[in-house]
Amino acid sequence: MAAPAAVTVDRLSKHFGQVKAVDDLSFAVRPGAVTGFLGPNGAGKTTTLRMLLGLMRPTSGRALIGDQSYTELRHPAQTVGATLEASSFHPGRSGLDHLRIYAPQVGVPDSRCHELLELVGLAEAKKRRVGGYSMGMRQRLALAYAMLGDPSVVILDEPANGLDPQGIVWLRQLLRAFADEGKTVLVSSHVLSEVQSTVDDVVIVAKGRLVHESSLAGLRDLTETTTEIVTPTPDRLRDLAQRRQWNIEDTQGALRIHGVDEATIGAAAFADGIELHRLADVGVGLEEVFLRLTGEPTQEVTA
Amino acid sequence: MTAAIRSEFRKFLSTRMWWILALGMFAYLAFIGLVMAFSFAQASSMSQQDLADAAESGTVLPLGVDAAKMAYSVTSPLGYVFPLIIGSLLFTNEFRHKTITPTLLVEPRRTLLVAAKLIVAAIFGLAIGLLATLGTVAGAAPILSLLGDGAYLGSGAVWELLGWSVVVMAIWTVLGVSIGGLLTNQVAAIIVIIGFTQFIEPIARVVASAVDWLEGIGAYLPGAAADAVLGTSFFGAMGEGDMLPRWAGALVLGIYIAVFAVGSRLITLRRDIG
Repeated sequence: MAAPAAVTVDRLSKHFGQVKAVDDLSFAVRPGAVTGFLGPNGAGKTTTLRMLLGLMRPTSGRALIGDQSYTELRHPAQTVGATLEASSFHPGRSGLDHLRIYAPQVGVPDSRCHELLELVGLAEAKKRRVGGYSMGMRQRLALAYAMLGDPSVVILDEPANGLDPQGIVWLRQLLRAFADEGKTVLVSSHVLSEVQSTVDDVVIVAKGRLVHESSLAGLRDLTETTTEIVTPTPDRLRDLAQRRQWNIEDTQGALRIHGVDEATIGAAAFADGIELHRLADVGVGLEEVFLRLTGEPTQEVTA
Repeated sequence: MTAAIRSEFRKFLSTRMWWILALGMFAYLAFIGLVMAFSFAQASSMSQQDLADAAESGTVLPLGVDAAKMAYSVTSPLGYVFPLIIGSLLFTNEFRHKTITPTLLVEPRRTLLVAAKLIVAAIFGLAIGLLATLGTVAGAAPILSLLGDGAYLGSGAVWELLGWSVVVMAIWTVLGVSIGGLLTNQVAAIIVIIGFTQFIEPIARVVASAVDWLEGIGAYLPGAAADAVLGTSFFGAMGEGDMLPRWAGALVLGIYIAVFAVGSRLITLRRDIG
């Protein structure tokens, strides 16, 4: 039996005048996994998170942490750690002070602030004013803030924004470690590729509505395999495809076979003694599936 | 609640703006104290004939302890813009830098946030008041004792006045927080506070004292109510309307604070944060 949901969004809606920022949205997030909350900018992700965290009042529906709303939690900061904007800092405060001002209310000693700054790699910069921090450093500081109370639910809004490649790898490992400890991790992003090697589950929204909710494997099922082959003897390959009833098509200077992966084609060509110069997976990847689901034209990606 | 208060203290002390303003306040009041003391010292060196002439033309120049008290009383009437602005920062900083989000995440109870800020402003306000009063005395006392009738720092009446001066400045700081809670735009809050204290209220007090049917109303303006708590009116001594009793002045200021604080909770903090 699956563990009970740690975060439940239940028929949640938020209207700003005529605009339905979040429209009858329902999904659940389980503990012990990293869940990606995905959608293009303006899809209603942040608004959903703000309602979940008691900062915005839903027009209708509810969002729960366990079985309570955020504002009902006895020790909210020890239950949920969240970052919403990496810009929520007073530029005149040091990184250390930014954590120290919340420590009393989170219910942790100042030593915890130092520990966390060490953990997120800001130990050197902790006495410096946040105004001079890079975007990546701010993200790290925001993450340290979220972890102050060692919460069992971690909610991060676009945490990879502004992180350098090493930072992203570090973040990935951190989120994985959280999930392995049994924490519930919900991470929003507008770029699937940013989180696809981190998440176990995906919740995809577009225009305030749920468009897909599954495991990452479930999302992979929506992908299509297409293999591109270049050979000096295309006729022989066409023969082979015909015999095997593969769906083959000619493109400029190459052949494409749909629904069959590279290994299968490579092995068959080898058995037939067909010389191959290129054998590549050019299928509809996750990113394209994501873009189709969220209704964004594919051209925008290549542009 | 204690945790919220500790957090608010740390928030305030970890920024620089307030002590820049506090230093400015100290320097400004020291200067004003010096100028006042100097002008009263001039009076004490005038001949009996000159004083009589001045009195005849309607100007009663204070002498001795009265001169000292009047010089020491300028802290609130001339310096109240500082605690108001310093207090307002406690709230407007949260909105200007969007720290209101992490603030409400660690403590979603919004009434508690307002209460903690008011309490911290009261405690912090006493320190601001002490510094401000010290500034006035530092400017006035040396001149009074060197050129005038004496600094009177051994006088019980002077110490009472100085004590109330500290209290009034603390009240202004609390009022500043509640104004900041309602006017969360930092620039707007500062402009309104400066405009009101430097322009609107002084004019309103003069008009209220000049127009018969407005005379009663003038006493309820915040500056006049603060004078009532202080126990002496710097402007009043220069010919203005009657003051409220001390308790009534405190009550009037308390009502201003309550109205703005409740407004902060019911208007600003009822809204969505995002």
